[in-house]
Amino acid sequence: MAEFLRQCGSWGVLATLAAYALGMWVNRKTGRAIFNPLLLGSIFVIVFLRCFGVPYADYSASAAPVNWLLAPATVSLAIPLYEKWELLRKNLAAILAGTLAGTLTSLGSIVAMAWLMKMERAHAVTLLPKSVTTAIGMDIAETLGGKAALASAVIILTGIAGSLLAETVCKVCHITDPLAKGLALGTSAHAVGTSKALQMGEVEGAISGLAIAVAGIMTAVLAPAAANFLP
Amino acid sequence: MKYVFQLARIVGFCLLGEVLAALLPLPLPASVYGLLLMAAALKLGVLKLDQVRETGLFLTGIFPLLFVPAASGVLELGSELLEVLLPLVIAIVPVTALVMAVTGVVAQRCAAGKEEPHG
Repeated sequence: MAEFLRQCGSWGVLATLAAYALGMWVNRKTGRAIFNPLLLGSIFVIVFLRCFGVPYADYSASAAPVNWLLAPATVSLAIPLYEKWELLRKNLAAILAGTLAGTLTSLGSIVAMAWLMKMERAHAVTLLPKSVTTAIGMDIAETLGGKAALASAVIILTGIAGSLLAETVCKVCHITDPLAKGLALGTSAHAVGTSKALQMGEVEGAISGLAIAVAGIMTAVLAPAAANFLP
Repeated sequence: MKYVFQLARIVGFCLLGEVLAALLPLPLPASVYGLLLMAAALKLGVLKLDQVRETGLFLTGIFPLLFVPAASGVLELGSELLEVLLPLVIAIVPVTALVMAVTGVVAQRCAAGKEEPHG
């Protein structure tokens, strides 16, 4: 089976679609946020690979077209953004203030953790960019002497955690404004959070997509400074 | 044919983004440059909304699905993840919730403050 799959080109895409569809189905049937389709879909793929003894590298190569679509999908976030342009212009100060506060909280928390838990520097700098999108975050971690592969895992897990926590956090903190919700998701949980924000509403999705870019830029600028405060 | 052209335009902006990422020294990924370029083109009227809308909304609609291959690779790190498990869990769950709460509350206060200056 593993031997056949190595030379067969389309199974990775099909397995991804099937795993995600099954995840969606469970999510609809149960109606619980913890049964997130992305989380479930990824678990199903892992179980499938383990059961049939297929190496992850083979799956990754076969599912490459799905991964590639992330680029045009990210570019397409310009569409909801454009459709909400007026809202964006009117609330520019709130958007910048919120994103800056979130970025500083993220960097500050990791620096504090590094001191309290006596973390190795290589691990601490890997965690610094955990709230920004994979492409920016892996770059930052690597430049500062962290581990790119570990950074990408941390970033994805942060995104999934953010999507799962979103409704509870907004409720507990009385965040009701769609703009604030979208900004919170995009700043804390990058593109994975944005996919949750798109489900919450049009404004949430548009602002969350913008927050990926703004938080990414702020983190890229501020992370090297934060690294100076590490033990 | 409409969808073919829409996809071609979107991929064209991906390519422009890659060119900018190669030319400019900012640490931004190509797709974010593409996003900003496409938003600017729409705003300037160089690009019309119905030249990209349906295909673009389809792509943003399937966003979580597109992360499945990358997310399934997390376990590949195995022992490396276990080594830093405690700081990892703290950074991923409570810190993410805190960042989300701070961002949301600050943005909401600023947005509300503008609407009702006396409130």
